Amino acid sequence: MSHHHEDHEHESESYASLRTRALESLLIEKGYLTTDAIDALVKTYEEDIGPMNGAKVVARAWLDPDYKARLLEDGTSAIAELGFQGAEGSEIVVLENTPGVHNVVVCTLCSCYPWPVLGLPPNWYKSFAYRSRMVIEPRAVLKEFGLEVDDSTEVRVWDSNAEIRYMVLPERPEGTDAMTEGQLSDLVTRDAMVGVARARFPEAVGS
Amino acid sequence: MNGIHDMGGMHGFGPVSIEHDEPVFHAPWEGRVYAMAIAAGKKRLTEPVGLRAYIEGLDPARYLASSYYERWMGALENALISKGITTKEDLDRRTAHFADHPAAQPQRREDPEQAANLAHSIYRHRSPQRHTELPQRFDVGDKVRARNINPTGHTRLPRYIRGRSGVVDRVHGVHNFDDSMSQGLGPQPQHIYSVRFEARELWGKEASESECLYIDMWDSYLDPED
Repeated sequence: MSHHHEDHEHESESYASLRTRALESLLIEKGYLTTDAIDALVKTYEEDIGPMNGAKVVARAWLDPDYKARLLEDGTSAIAELGFQGAEGSEIVVLENTPGVHNVVVCTLCSCYPWPVLGLPPNWYKSFAYRSRMVIEPRAVLKEFGLEVDDSTEVRVWDSNAEIRYMVLPERPEGTDAMTEGQLSDLVTRDAMVGVARARFPEAVGS
Repeated sequence: MNGIHDMGGMHGFGPVSIEHDEPVFHAPWEGRVYAMAIAAGKKRLTEPVGLRAYIEGLDPARYLASSYYERWMGALENALISKGITTKEDLDRRTAHFADHPAAQPQRREDPEQAANLAHSIYRHRSPQRHTELPQRFDVGDKVRARNINPTGHTRLPRYIRGRSGVVDRVHGVHNFDDSMSQGLGPQPQHIYSVRFEARELWGKEASESECLYIDMWDSYLDPED
């Protein structure tokens, strides 16, 4: 599937690119859109909104127990304290991973994802394989990401089908007691906040 | 709608293909399609159906054969056509023009204020909570069963949940109902509950005892379970 999919992207790229220009010319000509508005939106999601936002939220929660309590009680408000809010994040619920519980997020129907903290989803999150399989064989899918969850830990899969968006608060790795908020946020990956990975160990980051 | 998009539990799609350090957009046209679709939504050009229901309404063979942003493109096209803003022939004509003139670009029009407003609107918080006096039918811990319904329009109740029983885990408050809005039947606000289903209830005895599924259920998706 994946190989076929990539081939298809190459074959159809020029049609897609041409059709996109056709749509853009139409919307601009009819006055519905301007070129710089399109440019601005693209730039916003390429540069300003991404998993670095969520990483700050996680690092803060690891350091500040009161913030963590607020985050788990009302994710949307606690995340807004750090300045992150908006489209596809009008209601964000944060799920805490613990030694006994591993949370992971999927959208089987579509591609729902908490944009203000994670940006736009990667291709694998939107793939048919991930959407179809995560709900029926989560451990097998997690293993493909290199994550083994043993049977003593409960795996909770969250299918984000409504307007609520979910983000995982990964466990804080061992050996990070002396680290600053900035150093800690470097350990927090997008994958850890979706729940397909754990936070990185300091050795892996080389800080 | 029992569509191809309702993929939870399907087999046959193979392993998950993971690309390391992937870009936000893989080609410039993806970003343009994304931005145009979002902007069209803000201008209400996709209402009442919604971009998502247009994606679900694509021919199933096309849905499967298209990349993610190709599906967005097809959906946006269908939305504009059904709003009467354009026709397939007009878009074909424009596409042919760009094919014949590879260096040609859409005309450039700028309006810094409009651009700033659009970029700004992305950061605006809009609570989905509807403050109504609706009675709350279920509490945390209540046993419920998802209704076995097969609406032909847009729905957020996937097939793999229908007819299954679970337990209310939390109450999210009252939200508008996407199913009715998509069909132009108004917001019909309802309580929405996070419901926990055991993997064995969904997938049978072979499933793991230490796996479960949480999903958000509008009130009208649920019946009480004794």
